[in-house]
Amino acid sequence: MSPSVPLQEMIRAIRSARTQCEERGVIQRECAAIRAQFRQADNGGRSHNLAKLLYVHMLGYPAHFGQMECVRMIASPRYSEKRVGYLGAMMLLDEKQDASLLITNSIKNDLSHSNQYVQSLALCTLACMGSAEMCRDLAPEIDRLLRASNSYIKKKAALCAVHIVRKVHELGELFAPAARSLLAEKNHGVLHGAVVLITELCERNPETLERFRKTVPDLVQIMKGLVISGYSPEHDVAGVSDPFLQVRILRLLRILGRNNEAASDAMNDLLAQVATNTDSTKTVGNAVLYETVLTVLDIKSESGLRVLAVNILGRFLLNNDRNIRYIAMTSLQRIVGTDHNAVQRHRGTIVDCLKDQDASVKRRALELSLALVSATNIRSMMKELLLFLSSCPLELRSQAASGIFNAAERYAPSQRWHIDTILHVLTTAGGDVRDETVPNLIQLITNTSELHCYTVHKLYRALLSDISQQSLVQVACWCIGEYGDLLLRGECQETEPVQVTEDDVLDALETVLQSHMSAPATRGFALTATMKLSTRITDNVDRIRSIVSIYGSCIDVELQQRAVEYNALFKKYDHMRAAVLERMPVIEKNSPGHTNGESTREAVKEVQPAKVKQAETLLPQQPANQVCDLLDLLGGSEEPLQSNPAVGSTVPVLPISTSSTAGGDLLDLLGGLEPTPLTPAPTVTVYEKSGVTLTLSREKQSDSGLTVTLTASNSTDSDISSFTLQAAVPKSVQLHMKAPSGDSLPARGAAKVTQMVVLSNPNKVNLKMRIRISYTSQGSAFQDTVQVDSFPEH
Amino acid sequence: MIKAILIFNNHGKPRLIRFYQYFAEDMQQQIIRETFHLVSKRDDNVCNFLEGGSLIGGSDYKLIYRHYATLYFVFCVDSSESELGILDLIQVFVETLDKCFENVCELDLIFHMDRVHYILQEVVMGGMVLETNMNEIVAQVEVQNRMEKSEGGLSAAPARAVSAVKNMNLPEIPRNINIGDINIKVPSLSPF
Repeated sequence: MSPSVPLQEMIRAIRSARTQCEERGVIQRECAAIRAQFRQADNGGRSHNLAKLLYVHMLGYPAHFGQMECVRMIASPRYSEKRVGYLGAMMLLDEKQDASLLITNSIKNDLSHSNQYVQSLALCTLACMGSAEMCRDLAPEIDRLLRASNSYIKKKAALCAVHIVRKVHELGELFAPAARSLLAEKNHGVLHGAVVLITELCERNPETLERFRKTVPDLVQIMKGLVISGYSPEHDVAGVSDPFLQVRILRLLRILGRNNEAASDAMNDLLAQVATNTDSTKTVGNAVLYETVLTVLDIKSESGLRVLAVNILGRFLLNNDRNIRYIAMTSLQRIVGTDHNAVQRHRGTIVDCLKDQDASVKRRALELSLALVSATNIRSMMKELLLFLSSCPLELRSQAASGIFNAAERYAPSQRWHIDTILHVLTTAGGDVRDETVPNLIQLITNTSELHCYTVHKLYRALLSDISQQSLVQVACWCIGEYGDLLLRGECQETEPVQVTEDDVLDALETVLQSHMSAPATRGFALTATMKLSTRITDNVDRIRSIVSIYGSCIDVELQQRAVEYNALFKKYDHMRAAVLERMPVIEKNSPGHTNGESTREAVKEVQPAKVKQAETLLPQQPANQVCDLLDLLGGSEEPLQSNPAVGSTVPVLPISTSSTAGGDLLDLLGGLEPTPLTPAPTVTVYEKSGVTLTLSREKQSDSGLTVTLTASNSTDSDISSFTLQAAVPKSVQLHMKAPSGDSLPARGAAKVTQMVVLSNPNKVNLKMRIRISYTSQGSAFQDTVQVDSFPEH
Repeated sequence: MIKAILIFNNHGKPRLIRFYQYFAEDMQQQIIRETFHLVSKRDDNVCNFLEGGSLIGGSDYKLIYRHYATLYFVFCVDSSESELGILDLIQVFVETLDKCFENVCELDLIFHMDRVHYILQEVVMGGMVLETNMNEIVAQVEVQNRMEKSEGGLSAAPARAVSAVKNMNLPEIPRNINIGDINIKVPSLSPF
């Protein structure tokens, strides 16, 4: 095979490959050669081979066969090989690979090597990919290096300690004393590392935080030295003395001063000094100023200082440099909760940033604007936001739309404005709004009865111009269906009157029905609306009848079902049609009927599955009304859900019967609810086997007796018949079993069997009862006995 | 913490990739592609901060990048780093490369990928900023390079041999001794 070529030549060969295929060929040949070389024993070109492998790895080709070679090279005595070996380890190995354990020993030896560069290689590798076990093993070594070595090693050891603390939190205690002593160093690199280590320790452990508060004076001293001291050529970056260290110290001061008066007082002077003395014409100065502002706003600083900080942020906002404006908005976002008024003063600038070309700046401005909306500025802000929505980049659209909806809901000055705003959003960004917008809007419209006429006119016009925005079309169809008569009447106070004939309306709805742009849900809306119009218009009922019958053979099952049922309404149940298709009642906000609004009056058979779906989506948001929902589902009743006085007493039954249909999932959701305090009937489950559950609940207790109810349910998939209970009690107790409610238990807990048992216990002996259960399931007879030793207490 | 450092050119070819958090190989390539896609769309006079990628850290990270001629230097950081500070760090790193390679250009990065890694190791370690003083970094790198060269080894032998011969201080060896026409009769001397 050809001798392997050094790294540069291989790179040249790869670059000269003209096609991807050629490149792959070159790389495969090289990899084969490298693999062969690895298998050979010691040869001089090992470091070159590994370097080539790393290059190939960077381009994305597999390089895992180099892992063992890395381990071997790390163990080699030569520096050049160690260097490449460690680099390979950092790139190819990670804690999930087994080979990484093999290098622990090498790292341990190298940490005590005489050559500081070998030590630094080991430290670097440990900090990059050290696993928790490796860290635990080597932590004492690192601690030793933190104390007694030169500054080059100390700074690396400090950062390595940070990595160890991140991996194994408990070792933080080990490094705290060493970290404290490092603060006395002069070397900036070591100081930097020490500050990072202390920051990490304080963030992890509040006790350590308390202890390090005592270092605040030292830190202040160091900062003062940096800020006041004259020009120091080594650390100077564009006129500011070691800005990186300043920023780190400021961040640590922020953590130490948070929620602590004493520490904050100690820092006040320093912060004021930094804020006024730092040159803000260059980026570095701005970095330090920015960190200072964040610190001032986070600790318990005096009010003068806070005002200064917000003013600095305001100055940043007006800066020409986009980076600075971005940063300013990020920090304003953090304080908009606490210093709302201060941020309001800059509202104009922020709103202008909405029009900036830069997508990042726009994103920040959007978030900040939404946070600044209040009752006083809602109208002007909304104008700006709507303008923004029409020109904003796609990734921000849904965020903007939902933000606008929230703001409109909270601060709407009038209903009409609210409806107008929502309609505007739907026409501009209808595709990006969330699904619950449609029911929310419908509910809002039904609530503002005085605006029905206006709304339906507007929606009709919107529908005529554009039928591609699904949410808008759905709302429009619904409204036309409900308020079609108002539309046809033609006059309306709020908008100019327009003559709309019945044919026009039906044409519009038919266009929606037939358009390929309409989603299936939208077509369902349109069909229902057409049906509703049959009671609201007078002339074209035949047209409606024909439309409906056409869809009776539609491929879409949902549409077909609806059409067939509407057909039935026309034919057999014509007398009911007017009542069924009446105007909807006003939907209350947050009532369970809220999302059921559009389907409650629909064809009867649809209700159950539809309600289940909608109730399931509702439940996570409306815990207070879950109970009502569930009961309706289980009871299968059709009335709009008024609170049922029977609710309270039947609640305790629900947690026990683990079997119900779709109610099954809902009951799991119920698990998160606090159980309502059990009402007068404490219950206990006495028997639960092969799907049959028997519970006992106390009804009445008197001095000489007790009345209990036995309830049985069946959670299996097959029906149970001839279900009978027999009971036996101790001799002195008398037993009287009343007639059971039935003797069959349908599958999946659809119904229960209850039986009342009266026990009279004049001698007050310990009450025990043995119950024999017998039933037939799937053709075979079952029998079982259970003993009840304790009855539920009050 | 710095999660990743990526250098790629205007066409998306990676010139240096360094991840400080574990990602599988194909994830790494995907991240490079996504980052290039996001960064190349940006105009030249917009701000240097980008949010919105979904692969690396979820919501807590941003991309801070700088565009120098044909190369993009992208640092992917989380919220614990100061954004303006990282911008300066990129500047320091590039200036250091300039000093080490003498007017660095993309070819230098391509052909000396390992040396760029070693320089980077002196600036950022384990995702944290280690040293920001350019002179210090350059000095350390120089020492380490010298150490490596001094070891040499078999592969460096030809180079060393050539340089050794060049440096050899050979005394002038007289090749043509022209004594002229002198006949010297050498008497037979008695042994010592």
